[in-house]
Amino acid sequence: MQYEKKAKELRAEILKMLYACQSGHPGGSLSCVEMLMALYYEVMKVDPKNPGNPDRDRFVFSKGHGCPTLYAILADLGYFPKEDLADLRQINSHLQGHPDCKKTPGVDMNTGSLGQGASLAMGLALAAKHAKKDYKVYTVLGDGECQEGLVWEAAMAAAHYKLDNLVFMLDHNGLQIDGSNDEVMGLGDIMKKFDAFGFACFQVDGHDIAAITEALKAPVSGKPKFICCETVKGKGVSFMENQFGWHGSPMNKEQFEKALSEQEV
Amino acid sequence: MGKSLRVAYGEALAKLGAKNDKVVVLDADLAHATQTCLFKDAYPDRHFNMGIAEANMMCAAAGFAHTGFIPFASTFALFGAGRAFEQIRNSICYTNCNVKFGFSHSGLSVGEDGGSHQSIEDIALMREMPNMTVLVPCDPAEMEKAVMAAAEIDGPVYIRVARPVCEDITAEDTPFVPGKANVMKEGSDVCLISCGLMIPKALEAAKLLEAEGISTAVVNMHTIKPIDRDIILKMTKTCKAIVTAEEHSVIGGLGSAVAEVMAGHAGAKLGMVGIQDKFGKSGKPDELFEAYGLTAANMAAVAKGLLS
Repeated sequence: MQYEKKAKELRAEILKMLYACQSGHPGGSLSCVEMLMALYYEVMKVDPKNPGNPDRDRFVFSKGHGCPTLYAILADLGYFPKEDLADLRQINSHLQGHPDCKKTPGVDMNTGSLGQGASLAMGLALAAKHAKKDYKVYTVLGDGECQEGLVWEAAMAAAHYKLDNLVFMLDHNGLQIDGSNDEVMGLGDIMKKFDAFGFACFQVDGHDIAAITEALKAPVSGKPKFICCETVKGKGVSFMENQFGWHGSPMNKEQFEKALSEQEV
Repeated sequence: MGKSLRVAYGEALAKLGAKNDKVVVLDADLAHATQTCLFKDAYPDRHFNMGIAEANMMCAAAGFAHTGFIPFASTFALFGAGRAFEQIRNSICYTNCNVKFGFSHSGLSVGEDGGSHQSIEDIALMREMPNMTVLVPCDPAEMEKAVMAAAEIDGPVYIRVARPVCEDITAEDTPFVPGKANVMKEGSDVCLISCGLMIPKALEAAKLLEAEGISTAVVNMHTIKPIDRDIILKMTKTCKAIVTAEEHSVIGGLGSAVAEVMAGHAGAKLGMVGIQDKFGKSGKPDELFEAYGLTAANMAAVAKGLLS
């Protein structure tokens, strides 16, 4: 698969969705495209024809506001028709403003209330161990989200129960709604923090699918895995990159056309 | 004298565990207080101590429910319904997933621990959420039936558990159908609707009223949600006064739920006995019930006030 082309196609879909609904979160959707691509195109054992398979790998999108990226990939894989993407956030659409497992085929958990996805993923992984199932549970966290105490409650439990079937991936773009992490509430040395909580820690370029995949596949036993993915908020759209203002702002027509033109292969 | 509702809860869990291997129990470092230790003794592999982290326990329970287990999560009512409210809302009720909550140390009857630990808001918080069922058993026999019934319901269920030893009021063969109140005594002037530890006080209040020639019905509203509308509307028509009584704030609890049904219907006047927008405090349970007006005498007085 030509991932460079695929990434541009996905970013174009994300931009179209967000322009159509004139709401949503462009910056944090664009930053995690390659992270979700590595999961869905390289690593996770899932079957779009059988989304409810009890033995499938699970993905919990803890930073649920980035869901346009997930929806674009699920549509690309055939979980539902691509035309549905145009209805994001519209009344009667199955594509909610934040992921909803009751409505959207392929979505494993409801998320969006920050911190809960990390905890839910830990719960799924604990249940898998208890049921002696082999599937793995992946979650993508935002960096601002790590300010939520629940993330650390979940991290403590994940290490306590030796959940080596659980992977926390951090979309480390350094920005949140009100500014940079450092301005709002600094994360400190996030690698050292997860290391201290008992995780096997990896740090990769969050836009390098091969590097992310390698970290995802690296064998770890007896402890959960943390992958710090260094990313750029708004990645792939020149005027959005590294701008916290694009966390949750709608594009006007001119901005949309420029952003879309930058996705041409 | 019977035993405490929390011991009855723990024993019922252990019985349920024998019948259904999908049942798992989560606790937050309170297994001896909530009595889930009785389940742990029988099924140590199916009991998960999540540490003092109630919010995380709720999401963990959701993880179990989403993979086909029937998790019972237990802690004190204040830390379950209160601290973890939003995890219960978004991670459990929003997806209608099959988590049960047995929260002990509800109400003033916690006693000496005082206001910081006395949950007087849990019924309001838990019944507010779509998809939730809310059960308030009144004695050990009813507790066991509530636990078994909760396991049969496909969706979230809250069971309110009180700490003190309580009287046996119902019999083994008393029916328990969630959503269908039990009329413990018929009457035509006053209807006392209560739940949990206020049931024996309602029966006592009925005696006081009957002694003065006031015909008094007593309803055990063991299910706060879905509430038994039919019995409330029937009593609204046939009685002159309805008095609710609960070990909970009158804001948002049983009384409010009854008022929501009565609104727009002509008939009986409504009075509420419960905690009047105040926090609790330290004391013995009986002293606290007296201090906050959770007594048979007060119920009878409120009823007579409505009749006069």
